[in-house]
Amino acid sequence: MSNPYAKLPAWAEYGLIPLVNLIVAFVVAGLVVLLVGENPLKAAYHMINGAFGRGEYIGFTLYYATTFIFTGLSVAVAFHAGLFNIGSEGQAYIGGIGVALACLWLDKTMPWFVVFPLAIIGSAAFGALWAFLPGWLQAKRGSHVVITTIMFNFIASSLMVYLLTKVLKPLGQMAPQTRTFEAGGQLPKLDWLMSIFGLNLGNSPFNVSFLLALLAAFGVWVLIWRTKLGYEMRTMGHSPSAARYAGIGEARITIIVMMISGGLAGMMALNPIMGEQYRMQLDFVQGAGFVGIAVALMGRSHPAGIIPAAVLFGMLYQGGAEIAFEMPAISRDMIVIIQGLVILFAGALENMFRPAIGRAFASIGRRSAIAAQTRGA
Amino acid sequence: MDLFNTIIAILESTIRVSVPLIFAALAGLFTERAGVFDIGLEGKMLGAAFAAGAVAAVTGSVMMGLMAAILISVLLSLVHGYASITQRGSQIVSGVAINFIVAGSTVILGEAWFRQGGRTPALAGDARFQTVTFPFADAVRDVPILGPIYSDLLSGHFILTYVAFLLVPFSWWILYRTRFGLRLRAVGENPGAVDTAGISVIWLRYRAVICCGILCGFAGAYLSLAMSAGFVKGMTAGKGYIALAALIFAKWRPLNIMLACLLFGFLDALAIRLQGNPLPLIGQVPVQLMQALPYILTVILLAGFIGKAIPPKAGGIPYVKER
Repeated sequence: MSNPYAKLPAWAEYGLIPLVNLIVAFVVAGLVVLLVGENPLKAAYHMINGAFGRGEYIGFTLYYATTFIFTGLSVAVAFHAGLFNIGSEGQAYIGGIGVALACLWLDKTMPWFVVFPLAIIGSAAFGALWAFLPGWLQAKRGSHVVITTIMFNFIASSLMVYLLTKVLKPLGQMAPQTRTFEAGGQLPKLDWLMSIFGLNLGNSPFNVSFLLALLAAFGVWVLIWRTKLGYEMRTMGHSPSAARYAGIGEARITIIVMMISGGLAGMMALNPIMGEQYRMQLDFVQGAGFVGIAVALMGRSHPAGIIPAAVLFGMLYQGGAEIAFEMPAISRDMIVIIQGLVILFAGALENMFRPAIGRAFASIGRRSAIAAQTRGA
Repeated sequence: MDLFNTIIAILESTIRVSVPLIFAALAGLFTERAGVFDIGLEGKMLGAAFAAGAVAAVTGSVMMGLMAAILISVLLSLVHGYASITQRGSQIVSGVAINFIVAGSTVILGEAWFRQGGRTPALAGDARFQTVTFPFADAVRDVPILGPIYSDLLSGHFILTYVAFLLVPFSWWILYRTRFGLRLRAVGENPGAVDTAGISVIWLRYRAVICCGILCGFAGAYLSLAMSAGFVKGMTAGKGYIALAALIFAKWRPLNIMLACLLFGFLDALAIRLQGNPLPLIGQVPVQLMQALPYILTVILLAGFIGKAIPPKAGGIPYVKER
């Protein structure tokens, strides 16, 4: 399908339009705050202060951002191949099994740097496995990946309730969770990184998996723009018929892309399980898979956009907790609204302001052309 | 006789839990048949349930509650329509967005207005739907077999329950026996042909989306005004997605939708009943398996192992008139 809109300069395409969409989303969110009878500017102040005011707050912001980088990358990789993976939530949840198994097996005998690589492999493998089925079903049986991944989210949640209440829970304990991991199952915090900037991490769980997230973001960039597979993925995403004509195996790409996407989603489980709670709890994903959709849309599916978008959502999560503390009328559900609005304006309505911005650029272009002509004459 | 009473009880709760599924799945039928995919059924239902609960609590009138539910649900549908029909955005993304916006704002607004932890005040009397008792229902209850079937299974439901079941043939009639229905189905299969015939694709799709909004409004109102006495946060609890699954499982056909919703409702009712009780021959079935079964069945169906579910051909693709 040809693009019905005029081409814009890259900085407008990747900077201005997302920014305008984001501002509109926040203005609408501000209206909701007004409706509740609070001052939106005060709420914004509390949010920014709560997210960046202290080393500990920044640590929490980046801890949440780590999670969202993984899920954002997961959704973005699938986007590039024209697939919409709504199942990052379930894949991350199942990925937790891989982390928990590695930790439960070795945490008493091995140091963290031995357990960590195994947990990475485990989480990615379980996440990929959970995404493999929807991928395979789309590739071979023609069932749409959007619907199957939604279904798989629910199946994952039932499965995990079963596993955590019946299988992984230690005897004689009431809460549906695994036992607490020993030192080998606990990731070191990144206080040295923070102290370079003169900040104190405090109690925040900002940990090594942040570096892994950055590495994964770089890996995704290499994959999408520097490898043959990435080229094939993008071809399929832009035009499935062109991909077919060029002899690119659609089924193979679909399955591989879904597995990569699921693997990235699964790796998200490392951050909360090994980095904060040191055990696997019920519902540890807490909607991060869905935040990934907003992050990928806002970051325009590019790692360089996903990282700031993830930090923004980290800010919303951490700052949102502070708002809830300062202004009881605005609970953390405000974040869910903002998340929805970002998805709406940066995703479904991304073209709403494009004609206006395009016209503005066209008229500026014409005026400067006329100016150049008159100067020439 | 004991087994018979148990069966009647399970079937009765099957009907009760499948009503919102029927409303929501029929809602999805109208938009999806017109080529607009909608995974925002959940959000619309939740928004409608909240509006119904809030307005019925304030006005004390169940009809005002129902009207408010329909109004909010139609407004949300129009947002979806504007994004996916006029702006030609992704229909999936728009649906996801609506689900989140509603999930958050019902809690925030509910807490701000009523201060009951995201609930609306408990409804009683005229603010809530009452059950309908058929004539002679009490008199014939003692008649063996037929008595309980008439007075417990058929009689004694909410008026909305009967509306839901009547809507099934009515939707069939609209879709398959009226001009509007023919055009609506055509626009979901081949919008270009409809456009060539001089009929506005945009307006037709908007009307389909509005139908969806009205039906989701009924679904939400049933949840907060009939099934429960007021709104509780997150009360749809995935019913919108189960309705979506039922819609696909029914291969986008009205009568099949009713059967699929009853099947999924039956699994739900059975799961509640079987909690802790072993099943004869099979033994203990984990509740979680029962809860996951509708989704598993839908996946298996989609995979083409039980028949083949073919969605409307133009579904999910925004219509561009000319280039």
